[in-house]
Amino acid sequence: MNNLIALFSGLIFGVGLIVGQMMNPAKVIAFLDVAGAWNPSLALVMAGAIAVALPAFYWAKKQTHSLNGMTMQLPTTTAIDKRLIIGSITFGAGWGLVGFCPAPAIVSAAAGYWQAIVFTVAMLAGFCLFAWFEKNQSR
Amino acid sequence: MTIDWAAFTPYSALTGGALIGMAAAMLIVGIGRVAGISGVVGGLFSGSHHESWRWYFIAGLMLSSWIYRLFAHLPVVEVSENLVVLIIGGLLVGVGTRWGSGCTSGHGVCGLSALSVRSLMATLSFMAAGFFTVYIVKHLLGGV
Repeated sequence: MNNLIALFSGLIFGVGLIVGQMMNPAKVIAFLDVAGAWNPSLALVMAGAIAVALPAFYWAKKQTHSLNGMTMQLPTTTAIDKRLIIGSITFGAGWGLVGFCPAPAIVSAAAGYWQAIVFTVAMLAGFCLFAWFEKNQSR
Repeated sequence: MTIDWAAFTPYSALTGGALIGMAAAMLIVGIGRVAGISGVVGGLFSGSHHESWRWYFIAGLMLSSWIYRLFAHLPVVEVSENLVVLIIGGLLVGVGTRWGSGCTSGHGVCGLSALSVRSLMATLSFMAAGFFTVYIVKHLLGGV
């Protein structure tokens, strides 16, 4: 049942990215291009998503377990540190360079676009690199 | 700043957003997990590969365009064809999202929905970096 919920969540998430055109890097870059012909559409994707998810997270924050009995795993870290900011800036630089963030890259790669496949493989290498780096740091 | 009204698609954006919100709501309410894509996928490389829900979520994400295609045409995907740019961008996104503990979905959608100040700071940081990068690439360097 947990896996089925995860499958449908991933499916709906992907369809949402396609419908909202987050999947198209040109549209993402047009949103990030405030000095050019700015396209505010993607702000509405985020607004729409938050409007729907807000009550769910409000409820979740007060629970210890999910409806299906799994422990509620909401992040407990509240620290605003260098790691959070520098990491996010690094991510934003890559996002602005190509126009893909992780989810749309995976959806487009699975749809067969070669550029998305190249990007996703590099992104997975980045995940790998970070995991390796963190493992060696904590030793 | 000039707004490109011709390319503004408020209804599809809101509908797509609502679907993303619904998916995130399903995952947190149903199984108590955050739909942050860099965390779901990146966690596989940090020793969480035995958690089967991650694989199912990714499978759903990968199937989405194929299911969508049964009913409608996929929107166009216009992206740089410069291999070096694609690889550098992918690496930055991969390392950056893990380093900063989240991406557009984890911090931007889930974190903001949970009213997390930490996620707000992360979102403002990656948005600012995105604005800045596009400004440099498009207006100072004249496009990649």
